[in-house]
Amino acid sequence: MTVSLLAAPQSSSQRVDLWRGGVVLTALLLALPVIVIFSFIFVPAGEVWLHLQQTVLGEYVSNSLWLMLGVGIGVLAIGIPAAWMVSLCEFPGRQFFSWALLLPLAMPAYIIAYTYTGMLDFAGPVQSLLRSSFGWEYGDYWFPELRSLPGAISMLSLVLYPYVYLLSRAAFLEQSICVLEVSRTLGTGPWRGFFRVALPLARPAIITGLSLALMETLADYGTAQYFGLTTFTTGIFRTWFGLGDPAAAAQLSAVLLGFVFVLIMLERWSRRRARFHHTSTRYSHLPRYDLRGWRRTGAIVGCSIPLLFGFLLPALQLAYWAWETTGEWLRADFFVLLANSLWVAAITAVLAVALALFMAYGRRLRPARSVRFAVRLAGLGYAIPGTVIAIGVILPFAWLDNSFDTFMRRQFDISTGLILSGTLAALIFAYCVRFLAVSLNTVEAGLGKIKPSMDDAARSLGLSPLRVLREVHMPIMRGSLLTALLLVFVDTLKELPATLILRPFNFNTLAVRAFELASDEQLASSASAALAIVLAGIVPVILLSRTIGRSRPGMKTAVNKCRPAKLAE
Amino acid sequence: MKFFRPCLSSLAALFVFVAASASALAAGEVNLYSARQEVLIRPLLDRFSAETGVKVNLVSAKADALLQRLKSEGRNSPADVLLTVDAGNLHAAKAAGVLQPISSQVLEEIIPAFLRDPDGHWFSLSLRARTIMYVKDKVSPDELSSYEALADEKWRGRICIRSSEHVYNQSLLASMIATLGEQATEEWARKFVDNFARKPQGGDRDQIKAAAAGMCDIAIANTYYLAQMMTSQKSYEKEAAAKLAVFWPNQADRGTHVNVSGVGITAAAPHRENALRLLEFLLGEEAQHWYADANQEYPVRKGVSLSAVLQSFGEFRADELNLARLGENNAAAVRLLDRVGWR
Repeated sequence: MTVSLLAAPQSSSQRVDLWRGGVVLTALLLALPVIVIFSFIFVPAGEVWLHLQQTVLGEYVSNSLWLMLGVGIGVLAIGIPAAWMVSLCEFPGRQFFSWALLLPLAMPAYIIAYTYTGMLDFAGPVQSLLRSSFGWEYGDYWFPELRSLPGAISMLSLVLYPYVYLLSRAAFLEQSICVLEVSRTLGTGPWRGFFRVALPLARPAIITGLSLALMETLADYGTAQYFGLTTFTTGIFRTWFGLGDPAAAAQLSAVLLGFVFVLIMLERWSRRRARFHHTSTRYSHLPRYDLRGWRRTGAIVGCSIPLLFGFLLPALQLAYWAWETTGEWLRADFFVLLANSLWVAAITAVLAVALALFMAYGRRLRPARSVRFAVRLAGLGYAIPGTVIAIGVILPFAWLDNSFDTFMRRQFDISTGLILSGTLAALIFAYCVRFLAVSLNTVEAGLGKIKPSMDDAARSLGLSPLRVLREVHMPIMRGSLLTALLLVFVDTLKELPATLILRPFNFNTLAVRAFELASDEQLASSASAALAIVLAGIVPVILLSRTIGRSRPGMKTAVNKCRPAKLAE
Repeated sequence: MKFFRPCLSSLAALFVFVAASASALAAGEVNLYSARQEVLIRPLLDRFSAETGVKVNLVSAKADALLQRLKSEGRNSPADVLLTVDAGNLHAAKAAGVLQPISSQVLEEIIPAFLRDPDGHWFSLSLRARTIMYVKDKVSPDELSSYEALADEKWRGRICIRSSEHVYNQSLLASMIATLGEQATEEWARKFVDNFARKPQGGDRDQIKAAAAGMCDIAIANTYYLAQMMTSQKSYEKEAAAKLAVFWPNQADRGTHVNVSGVGITAAAPHRENALRLLEFLLGEEAQHWYADANQEYPVRKGVSLSAVLQSFGEFRADELNLARLGENNAAAVRLLDRVGWR
């Protein structure tokens, strides 16, 4: 099965290729901020580089690399086993865990850093209690230092593992049971079946989740800055605003993007020509491994730990602080903030997923090099700190507005002022740039699992490419689409730096309020807004998690048995 | 072309309409970019609106980001007033050309010369001092004298201060560079860094809390953090703050390092008149009292009463170095901090 209709109609007609042109144009538009940042490479930055190289650059690089390595291991170690247990094992509380394990997703990384510091700091309640109950003084005892590289790794792993969990769970659920059953009939036990069959098959999804977590790690500013950890991202800020050198800072950002690009390329290369679509579309009810004895206890404990530390403890601390400061937070504008946060996040989620679907499908239809490259470029925004993205948005928008204004003044003697800058449109555009990678990777992972022969069959039956997408692909990849929607929604809800700088006058969100108070070291007062972000994130998390759980094909038609015939094409 | 022209003109008409409706809305308004967070400034702005009928539109964000936005928006920027903390930021705004010079007799009479830009690009609203706080049980005030003296070996492992990432420390160093020179400051900083009790981390409050809990004997922080903790509703914050006392360094020579929050009118200000009214309002007696009180800062206007806590800190002599010098020396300070390993 090598002849595919997908690539066929390219040379047959000379007219403008709408798919190809459209996708490349859209991708370039979304890549505009990234391109603007990249363009600073050509601005000479003088001897700042020499200074950086002699003093801090080595530390930036090594800290960032260690952080990525640590978070990478952390999210895999938490996310994959948890996903496997809730999708293929049976134990008490499984249904609860399947959605509850997503909850840390709603917790912004800098908020969890603040809450744990509040609890575990030298002056915090835990250590104070230890000192007062044992009569210790400073220096008498050892206590792990939270504000350190391992501390930052734990914080980020605890809130970022849901990316791996969510995507690998979707992958495990979407895997055709036949592959697993075949492996069982060939004598593989549950462990080997996991390592030899399920894990390799879920690899694209796992890698997608991992790369999202790592990109978020690279872009993190709040946690690193609060912990006094010098990473590439804090270095960018220091260079830009402390040393007053935007060109050198943008060049640092470009290096950061280089990191990401190399990572992506390595992964592509290691996958080489392997493809991961399912060869059989037969699904049946998944018989879960019924866990007994210590295995059962192990599963429950294993699923509880990330939930406890990633969500329950910090949420309780926030709730306690919020309770301590009641009255301060029940201001009249609280519901305005909530509403603003929700609808902006909803619009962004729909838009980002629609764009991702368009681009991913366009790439499938026209896998030309230019298309692939443009789409790749558009997906880089996620690894760039929000403030840098925001500046990448401000510069071209303001330029466009000002140029148009100048043109209108010259031609008609009318000043049009700023049309796009400082509007919600600019803000939502920035969100899309920043979070496109999230929706794009998720949608691509879903689309990649649909074998091309489906397209061929549908097309040969006379469906247009658009109808194939709507009537064949979208129903099959419903789970992936919902996952993408959820991820972008929650990410937007939490987004801070770009919101701060790009928002129009008098437009506030929960994240803005939480951050403003927290940044002024009024942790307790910021707790209610932080808690509201978390709560607002929970509802869609639960709803969508249930839908994803139900979206497994064949879930309802349990009788559709596998037949050993024609497993491979 | 035939097709294009109506398109273009209707597009132009649309833009004109949007622009016109935007400017119609704008009568009786003033647009404020504020690096001071909304909660701390909104009540005052509401008061201004109630008094004058001028509506205040607000965007609050970090100073650097607001400056970048102002710069890019250029002559079409809707902002009238930039309100920010730290002289370094005010200076950067002036250097970027986004502020306009204002000569207002009212403002010049109220604000001492060292607390405003010599060319009238920005004016201070309030003062904060970055001072030495000591644990009363462990340190006697006789042992303290100046920032410079903290480099002495006897303070080895006894000092808590936040990372140099923050502009407060950058400004402190910039002020020392301005008076002591770069070389002397660098030598001092090298020894000073050796005396840290721990790797710099957390914010100013965290230094105070760490000192109170026994990790270090000296915390360097801005006065309002201690004052806010002292007036906090939370007993543990109050108890921690009560263990420390304020020492005013360098009283025999240049005075204690101070910094400000301040305002300037933007170069493109579409509502210049209202902007000036807002500035003069913010420096009025009542506003000065409220603004300083809400943040536990020192008002710049003479004769405005201090909050009770600030009064308990006693009077001090402030370093009267013109604050514009802090901004000029900021980049040099950051490089110096990088070199001496103050992360």
